[in-house]
Amino acid sequence: MTRTHYGLFVLAAVLLALPLLLPNTYYFDIANRMAINAIVVLGLNLLIGFAGQISLGHAGFFGIGAYASAVLTTHFSWPPIAALCVGAAGASLLAAAIAPPIFRLRGHYLAMATLGLGIVISIVLKNEAGYTGGPDGMSVPAMSFFGWEIFGERQWYWLFAGILLFSVWACQNLIDSPFGRALRALHGSEVASQVVGVDIARYKVTIFVLSAFFASIMGSLTAHYVGFVTPDTAEFPHSIELVTMVVIGGMASVYGSVIGAVLLTALPQALTTFEGWETVAFGAILMLSMIFLPKGLVPTLAAKFGGRR
Amino acid sequence: MLSQFLQFMFSGVTVGATYALAALGFTLIYNASNVINFAQGEFIMLGGMLTVFFLKIGLPMPVALVLAVAIPAAVGVLVEKLAIEPAKGAEVVGLIIITIGASLVLRGVVQIWLGKGAAAFPAFSGDAPIAVGGAALAPQSLWVLGTTAVIVVALWLFFNRTLAGKAILATSFDPLAAQLVGINTQWVLLVSFALSAAIGAIGGILLTPITMTSYDVGIMLGLKGFVAAVVGGLGNGLGAVVGGLMVGIIEAMSAGYISSAYKDAAPFLLIFVVLFFLPRGLFGAKATERV
Amino acid sequence: MALLEVSDLSKTFGGVLAVQNVSFSVEAGIVYSVIGPNGAGTTTLFNLITRAYKPNSGEIRLDGELVTGREPHQLARKGVARTFQNLQICMNMTAIENVMVGGHLFLDRNLIKGLLRFPSLRRADAILREKAAELMTYVGLAAYLGAEAGAMPYGALKRLEIARALAARPRILFLDEPAAGFNPMETAEIDGLVRKIADSGITVVLVEHDMKMVMNISDRILVLNYGKKLTEGAARDVRRDPAVIAAYLGKAA
Repeated sequence: MTRTHYGLFVLAAVLLALPLLLPNTYYFDIANRMAINAIVVLGLNLLIGFAGQISLGHAGFFGIGAYASAVLTTHFSWPPIAALCVGAAGASLLAAAIAPPIFRLRGHYLAMATLGLGIVISIVLKNEAGYTGGPDGMSVPAMSFFGWEIFGERQWYWLFAGILLFSVWACQNLIDSPFGRALRALHGSEVASQVVGVDIARYKVTIFVLSAFFASIMGSLTAHYVGFVTPDTAEFPHSIELVTMVVIGGMASVYGSVIGAVLLTALPQALTTFEGWETVAFGAILMLSMIFLPKGLVPTLAAKFGGRR
Repeated sequence: MLSQFLQFMFSGVTVGATYALAALGFTLIYNASNVINFAQGEFIMLGGMLTVFFLKIGLPMPVALVLAVAIPAAVGVLVEKLAIEPAKGAEVVGLIIITIGASLVLRGVVQIWLGKGAAAFPAFSGDAPIAVGGAALAPQSLWVLGTTAVIVVALWLFFNRTLAGKAILATSFDPLAAQLVGINTQWVLLVSFALSAAIGAIGGILLTPITMTSYDVGIMLGLKGFVAAVVGGLGNGLGAVVGGLMVGIIEAMSAGYISSAYKDAAPFLLIFVVLFFLPRGLFGAKATERV
Repeated sequence: MALLEVSDLSKTFGGVLAVQNVSFSVEAGIVYSVIGPNGAGTTTLFNLITRAYKPNSGEIRLDGELVTGREPHQLARKGVARTFQNLQICMNMTAIENVMVGGHLFLDRNLIKGLLRFPSLRRADAILREKAAELMTYVGLAAYLGAEAGAMPYGALKRLEIARALAARPRILFLDEPAAGFNPMETAEIDGLVRKIADSGITVVLVEHDMKMVMNISDRILVLNYGKKLTEGAARDVRRDPAVIAAYLGKAA
């Protein structure tokens, strides 16, 4: 297991060193957004890369977290932590409720169902303007833990960096655990895993819920971080961005998720709306990377240099 | 009461016909290559946008129309050559991403070239609505329905009565077997993409006088076409048409009777209902996995 | 009471009567073979018993307990394991991980403990890894202990499936054409392996087309033809049954 620890040490070192290298808050902001995406993508990769399923609507769960925090703290003056928990619980419950029927589907039908889920969520968020501020969005108060307020990109950086490190560690643990092995077996051969006793339906639901949980929590934190939420955090383009980060970084690769998130966040304006040339460039990059690096960046490099994941 | 119902029916069937054409496009390409072409919506968009452009630069309508169908067809071939072919054998997720990438490129190019504004051109035979049972039927709707019907029949004849069509069908059932009997599967793929794009473009052209067009209409139209294809059963032509009409009608009914804000949600909720009872869509094949 | 009792099992696919009213029972500790010409319904029968398919009618009892309505993954708990005619190896994992998956039910599969890397999980996993290595050696795959499943040859993968099945500590092991695609030397090796497994006390039910192997190791044989039971009995009786010979070789033999 020293390979695992090596990767974590490198990541921790990078995270510790970064604040010394970043020149101003603009760069901290980008680093923060990279971390946010990386954490969501880690969760999504468990579903897509390791369990071999698909979700084209994951931004919906992100949006649920974001709006739960926004609405509960603004309209109902809840403490942010409570709102975050409610958002995560809500997203998880929704995922748990909808997963059993959805995961009876396969392939493109499953993809379609997850896509539909994401779109319905985003439409609801956009339409319930009374609560959500509609298409224009709404502002969100700052995040505070029991009276201590998190203010400024630097403070957020430490929170996000910590969560990222923990998430990478936890995901690696999970993959090597019995649960994780069953998940990968499910991807490799559903029939074989059933025969050794894996309840594949339950595993699919569980991992879907877990990845929704990750997304929702990050949605909540992002809402407080940015100070504002708009419905496009829950919309199809955002879902596609997330899936792209998974695929480009490398499915079934924990560090791939991080790299994928970093790369695709660095592309300008990759988070909200695409404008003209950015759109074309983004699209071209998607096509080229999938054509030439079908396994994703990290696994392809790992295969070339033989070894590290 | 009845007139209101009819009104909704008319708009539902009209937009449903466009979804049907989009769904047919998805079906064609899916059958030929097992790929879901997320760029299908952009072909629809291209049809409308190109017509607007050509009319604006002074070309006569018939020329504009022909170009607005031929160019997307050519683009379809380009997409196949540049995006699908090089990625042979990639995983499903990878192929989905590639076609999404292609759709972004197309949308981005149109956005840069033609701007973000919405535009339209006049209906083909005027705007005077025809009164039917108290409801107003726009003449353009008849164009949409009529052309769609003609296309559906033409496709049916093509696939069932011509050798070329049967070759394409054969490829969709078993590409390797088709190759072994001498069918040029590469050609089949190109034709499928070109046909699919052309059909989508026609749908886009027909709909533009009614709903206007802009650089981003492709997203929702494409997605709903995809919903229609899945509801009907992926790969089934009849299913695509039925699915498209269903989606259009349900959307119009939701907009009319429930809430127009949620009309976009209706097709996606339909997906859940249909797939819950019929995991492979209305006409999808039941498959047993060989162990 | 027999370990496995099958009564009146039937399965139809569309218009094809794949299995018709097949009944038989398997006593614990023996090697029981199911044979029949290609298309006779042998693999379908297996799939019905191991619940990969749902039968149209009939009953299956394991140690007296009705299991016809069970989900496939529930049978593993009852001590049922199987291999597949069309290899079902998880190519995305290493060889040893494939075997470890076989021991899935004996580990703590808790999600939270997995995420947080509980020491108890780690220890159990290490023990399972050792056991898996032992099993791989037992089936003759010592050379592949560090290999990726995707890099192994066909023959090795067939053995890997057996190792995985054994990791589930089964009472009854279903082998679906374990010698398929093997040359005579490889078949003899598999023959030896199956004998070793049977001698260790596991009941083995076998579908196989290689007659020499079947006659060598079976205690009892069930012969299917066109989905129906042709005959069943002790191996030496079945091999002399004229109806069986006719079905396989044609009348003149």
